[in-house]
Amino acid sequence: MSSPNTPAAAFGARFGIGSRELERALGTALEGPIDHADLFFEASTQDSVSLEDGIVKSGDRHLVQGVGVRAVAGEKQGYAHADDITVEALQLAAGTARSIAAGSPRGGTVAVRGPGAPALDLYPVALSPTDVPVATKVALLDAIDRYARAKDPRIVQVMASVVCQQRNLMVAASDGAWVADVQPLVRLNVQVIAQGAEGRREVGYQGAGGRRALAEFLQPSSWQPLVDEAVRLALVNLDARPCPAGAFDVVLGPGWPGVLLHEAVGHGLEGDFNRKGVSAFSGRIGQRVAAPGVSVIDDGTLPGRRGSLNVDDEGTPTGRTVLIEDGILVGYLHDRLNARLMGHKPTGNGRRQSYAHLPMPRMTNTFMLAGSDDPHEILRSVKNGLYAKTFGGGQVDITSGKFVFSASEAYRIVDGALAEPLRGASLIGNGPDVLTRVSRIGSDLELDLGVGTCGKDGQSVPVGVGLPTIRVDGLTVGGTER
Amino acid sequence: MTSSALSPQARLSGSNAVQLALERARAAGAHSADAVFAESDALEVRVRGTQVDTVSQSRERTLGIRVFADGPGGLRSALTSSSDLSRAAIARLAEDSVALARATAPDPTAGLPADGFASELPDLALFDPADRALTTADWIALAQRAEDAARGFDPRITNSEGASASTAQTAICYGSSAGFAGEYQSASHSLYAQPVAAQDGAMQTAWWASASRTLASLDSPEDVGRIAAERTLGQLGARRIATCEAPVIFDASAARELLGNFAGCLSGYAVYRGASFLREKNGQQVASERVTIVDDGRRRGGLGSKPFDGEGQPTRRNLLVEGGVLRSWLLDTYSARKLGLRSTGNAARHAGGAPSAGPTNLWIEPGAGDLEALLRGLERGLLVTGMFGHGFNPVTGDFSRGARGFWIERGARAYPVEEITIAGNLGEMLANVEALGGDLRFLGSLGAPSLRIARMTIAGA
Repeated sequence: MSSPNTPAAAFGARFGIGSRELERALGTALEGPIDHADLFFEASTQDSVSLEDGIVKSGDRHLVQGVGVRAVAGEKQGYAHADDITVEALQLAAGTARSIAAGSPRGGTVAVRGPGAPALDLYPVALSPTDVPVATKVALLDAIDRYARAKDPRIVQVMASVVCQQRNLMVAASDGAWVADVQPLVRLNVQVIAQGAEGRREVGYQGAGGRRALAEFLQPSSWQPLVDEAVRLALVNLDARPCPAGAFDVVLGPGWPGVLLHEAVGHGLEGDFNRKGVSAFSGRIGQRVAAPGVSVIDDGTLPGRRGSLNVDDEGTPTGRTVLIEDGILVGYLHDRLNARLMGHKPTGNGRRQSYAHLPMPRMTNTFMLAGSDDPHEILRSVKNGLYAKTFGGGQVDITSGKFVFSASEAYRIVDGALAEPLRGASLIGNGPDVLTRVSRIGSDLELDLGVGTCGKDGQSVPVGVGLPTIRVDGLTVGGTER
Repeated sequence: MTSSALSPQARLSGSNAVQLALERARAAGAHSADAVFAESDALEVRVRGTQVDTVSQSRERTLGIRVFADGPGGLRSALTSSSDLSRAAIARLAEDSVALARATAPDPTAGLPADGFASELPDLALFDPADRALTTADWIALAQRAEDAARGFDPRITNSEGASASTAQTAICYGSSAGFAGEYQSASHSLYAQPVAAQDGAMQTAWWASASRTLASLDSPEDVGRIAAERTLGQLGARRIATCEAPVIFDASAARELLGNFAGCLSGYAVYRGASFLREKNGQQVASERVTIVDDGRRRGGLGSKPFDGEGQPTRRNLLVEGGVLRSWLLDTYSARKLGLRSTGNAARHAGGAPSAGPTNLWIEPGAGDLEALLRGLERGLLVTGMFGHGFNPVTGDFSRGARGFWIERGARAYPVEEITIAGNLGEMLANVEALGGDLRFLGSLGAPSLRIARMTIAGA
């Protein structure tokens, strides 16, 4: 074992898993016509404290630990996992994973190198957020509640929570790679309900987080703006009118509306869908899929971001992957399996929810590069349209390319100026087509505040998105008014 | 080195783990406590074309402990969970729970149910022991049959996301310091197929699935594959329609999604928080008189069935909406107390979480006739076969989701449509239900028949 202060050594000390145990398990998993085998160890702690009705009612704390063993032959993957991290459980899982690939044993021997520490150090957090005393989190939520209720008498409910995670992982693979990482994650959520005339109620939400120390969120100067925004949003929506239906020129605000990129193009560029040829973007590398000036990036290396990782869940260092460059499709997002089958390089996008799940190509932080237009000028350029300032969630049909997402704050634009707020607006479009309709790109790129969670095939992973203000011509708006 | 304490030999059985957790919580100073142990053996296989794509096998055990600690004017509570089931780890977990609870605020509403626990645990046909004889190869063969049925259905089916089969055997053990202890076993199996069709350079995909407690009641893989193929082919050549208002028919699978949106608004938590558009509607007309909605935790073989809920209360049949009138919420002990009511046996809980209030087996009672009969009654309008996106606001009932399906002319499918949204307010939509089909179909624990809504706004080109 190496020095005891590395994450890999911590696994060794805690569970008795060192190079000998890893090599034995990988050797077992390789006894067959196996191209690749890997072991994924996880020991995570998650806790959350939540407040509603003015009191911090409950705290919870969950320990998740286990090991997953994968054996890959061609396109076939065998996976077995156990919630024990013991030599016995590891051997059993390795045998099961291997047995899925029938055939004559190859007789594998593996020498792991390391343990290595990731080259990146994107989240040097000294105190794990799960080790911050509960009393500190309780005090924060109490302060948020008092502040929110004092802001406006129409606020009738405040729900807030602090959710913290410390994820320790270690990956060892049959090519000798051996690496471990410690991934802190913090999220602060504020949701308020405002009651207006005739008992009408609206909700406002704002949150923030990232792979950062909880201390960064404890100062009033960091959490008060979140409460201000949640309250403002609820009050704006009290006055919101039903949204019109039909095709409009739409201006998307900076930051979280980057969820458009995530849904409209990001998923469709994940390697698994393209290897299988079931994505609307399949076989379109080198083709124009966006207007000139549109460049879309996935970058897992941004310090402290919710979607960032020193290494992905297969041990590959994360990177900055250009997906669309000046309107031309240039790249896909890959895990190891799909990169190998397509003859590409892994991009550090192999991610999984936990040791109980197989890795898949997933996004990290996905955003559009800034352009040169003045955001105010972009608004002024629209005669009759919609300004979508922030969004709830979205969804995409990878194969047909159709996507939809819901605005949580939107306004009518009349003659280049914001008019009344609108409620219940959703936007629908076609992924390979929507970015070709981008006619203006603002200079104001913003990344979201760190609350995104992406679901795929039943697995959730934290992600980030970003966008400058953009104008999209002729997008279908789904409202109720004709 | 702690590996000896973690070895399988040192693990406890479910009921022993629960009892030890309760003892240790009490010893650590808890006022009261309950614990859930869940154990699951699962297998999932996916095939694609003629190849096995993935085989994933798992065995998971989780112990969750909820403790209450004394406080001024109420109880403080906390919840912890772990997959580490050694005696030492359980003791530590119980002590951590009590320490965590002491850091939270007292809540006058918090606490275990005092009485009303399930006294008999009926056999709800939640598993068939014979199904355990199936091997991994058998499940692969089932998935392959579904894939073959989908791929072979029509030459325009050119590709697929694959077909999968999954099976899980689960044991739940629950105990509380209020004096209840119970356990039950269940199984769940599912089949899923998702072919891809291509025509004129455009691809479409749709899925179909079946899920059940026993293999005998699972739809045949041939049916799952064929229906997935039919639904996929039906979308080929889909186009947008012009923005309009029109009557909308939801097929049974799309109607089931509407019910899912509605179910969240019936949860006692959404109601007492004032976060449901139904919050002040108890006893009032909330839907057309044709609409009756039932939740029944004891439906034989139901995927939401269980003999007792997550707090040891007996599950039962609850009439939620009767002839359009809202009759009951979905309640666990906490949300019931907040509303001055009693639990309806709807405490939903997994080992690692606090109880919430949710449906067991929830369905809309069917009318008569099938989907085709509903269509024949429609001069022009939209048939929705699938929805996507998250455009539903439970606080206001505002509804705007992406949809696909068919444009209907003179009672027949004229052409497939896509890239449209349908919008309205869920309250008004339910009030405007004009007709219900007799084709009630469950997928998982939710079921609905096809239904027709008089008018919605459709946004398109």
